Amino acid sequence: MSTRVWHRPPLIGDARLRWGLSVGFLAYLVLAVGSLEVNWQRVAEGLERGSAFAAALFSPDFTSRGDAILEGFLESLAMTFVSTTIGLLLAIPVAVGAARNLSPLPIYLLCRGFIAVSRSFQEIIIAILFVAMLGFGPLAGVATLAFASIGFIAKLLAEDIEAMDPKPLEAIRATGGSAAQTLHWAVMPVVLPRLVGVSMYRLDINFRESAIIGIVGAGGIGATLNTAFDRYEYDTAAAILLLIIVIVLASEYASGYIRGRLR
Amino acid sequence: MPVVTRQGQPAWRLRTPRTVLLAWLVWFLIVAVLVWSWQFVSERTIWAFVADAPRQGGDLMARMVPPDWAYTAMLWQPLWDTINIATLGTLLAIIIATPLAFVAARNTTPALPGLRALALLIIVASRSINALIWALLLVMILGPGVLAGIIAIALRSIGFIGKLLYEAIEESDAKPVEAIIATGASPAQMRLYAIVPQVMPAFAGISVYRWDINIREATILGLVGAGGIGLELMASVNVLAWGRVSMIFLLILATVLASEWVSARVRAAVT
Repeated sequence: MSTRVWHRPPLIGDARLRWGLSVGFLAYLVLAVGSLEVNWQRVAEGLERGSAFAAALFSPDFTSRGDAILEGFLESLAMTFVSTTIGLLLAIPVAVGAARNLSPLPIYLLCRGFIAVSRSFQEIIIAILFVAMLGFGPLAGVATLAFASIGFIAKLLAEDIEAMDPKPLEAIRATGGSAAQTLHWAVMPVVLPRLVGVSMYRLDINFRESAIIGIVGAGGIGATLNTAFDRYEYDTAAAILLLIIVIVLASEYASGYIRGRLR
Repeated sequence: MPVVTRQGQPAWRLRTPRTVLLAWLVWFLIVAVLVWSWQFVSERTIWAFVADAPRQGGDLMARMVPPDWAYTAMLWQPLWDTINIATLGTLLAIIIATPLAFVAARNTTPALPGLRALALLIIVASRSINALIWALLLVMILGPGVLAGIIAIALRSIGFIGKLLYEAIEESDAKPVEAIIATGASPAQMRLYAIVPQVMPAFAGISVYRWDINIREATILGLVGAGGIGLELMASVNVLAWGRVSMIFLLILATVLASEWVSARVRAAVT
């Protein structure tokens, strides 16, 4: 008499697929780890620096480069505000164009294409191009963040417009409202809370990104941080990192709070 | 309901005078901050360069336009490195984030005071620092190379995977847990037989989603020396070889689209 043994059901039902994936992944892992080139001697040397940095995290130095840190943060904040506003203003027409229930097909495709391009590339890659065009400094950063914000806000907003109830649209059109009047009286009341929420969210993202794009010369606190690392000033770098964490957390909670209030 | 008295008659208003005043104050503050910010940016801008920008931009485009197709032969190795950075980094993050998520979830955390707070702190700290900053730090410590990239990706992903996974664990149904405990299972067996099967699809989805994001991030880590195709990008930008730059852009775009497709397929399959 054979006893039946219970087994937990596997995640992937098909046994052949399961084994194929496992074996394939293992083979990849062997190849990938095999192709790693690690200079262990350099790593061993670096551990000393690593412990120096870890120590610096507990004794951050906010004062000796205090002016540069303050300047960097103000620049980041200014870039964040300006770029989010520009991005928001330009995103609204793009979003209307990218909503299939409002726009004719050619405009729809154009706007969707723009959104796809804007979202496909990392901010820092766009920053490289803008720095080449506009020169070093915060304006290149503003252009980068504004460009990325357009795609982000327009995509979310367009999806919201497409998901809206068609009845208000019909009602306003039936009264003889023009396209502009339809937007103002039917679309705007529906998507306005969402628009404010998405903008707050993007404000938060833009601040985080402004801490990065300074590495390629687009201004902000990232430039200050990069300089601190280049000079091996661990305690200043630690201070900047801690400040970034605090501000990111604060802005995340603030934007979450405002978005929660809007719902 | 806000009502004001006008010529002895009560009149309905949309808002009370106080909220109207408050709204104007908020608008005024927003505009003031914007004006200040714009001045700040404008003072630090060399406008002569900006006036030149359209010509520079056109020039840039013209130089980029025939992408340097022959250059692709030199890009396969960095591309392989990039994929390895993303995949191994995600794997490392999964190994660390899974136990962390079980400690951070309210319903599976060990009854040791402070442990849950510590796990949450690790998750938050990891999430608020971008992979590129981690890479900057690690390149300084470990020297340039793929290893710094892998660890940077892992450090950033621990928070992401940990957060989403512990939320999935907290949302899991309590009934199977009770049932397994009623059979006399140990705490470890309870987690393995009651929680793990419930969060497995979420876990697979989260991991693949993060892998997809990591492919994107791994393409730029080379900008600070952490290996991958970003190294080639930085080298090409530094020597102003814009034909090579556009070739790298095309390859990055193709890789990102491919990983997005894989991730979307897997997530559709498990949910």
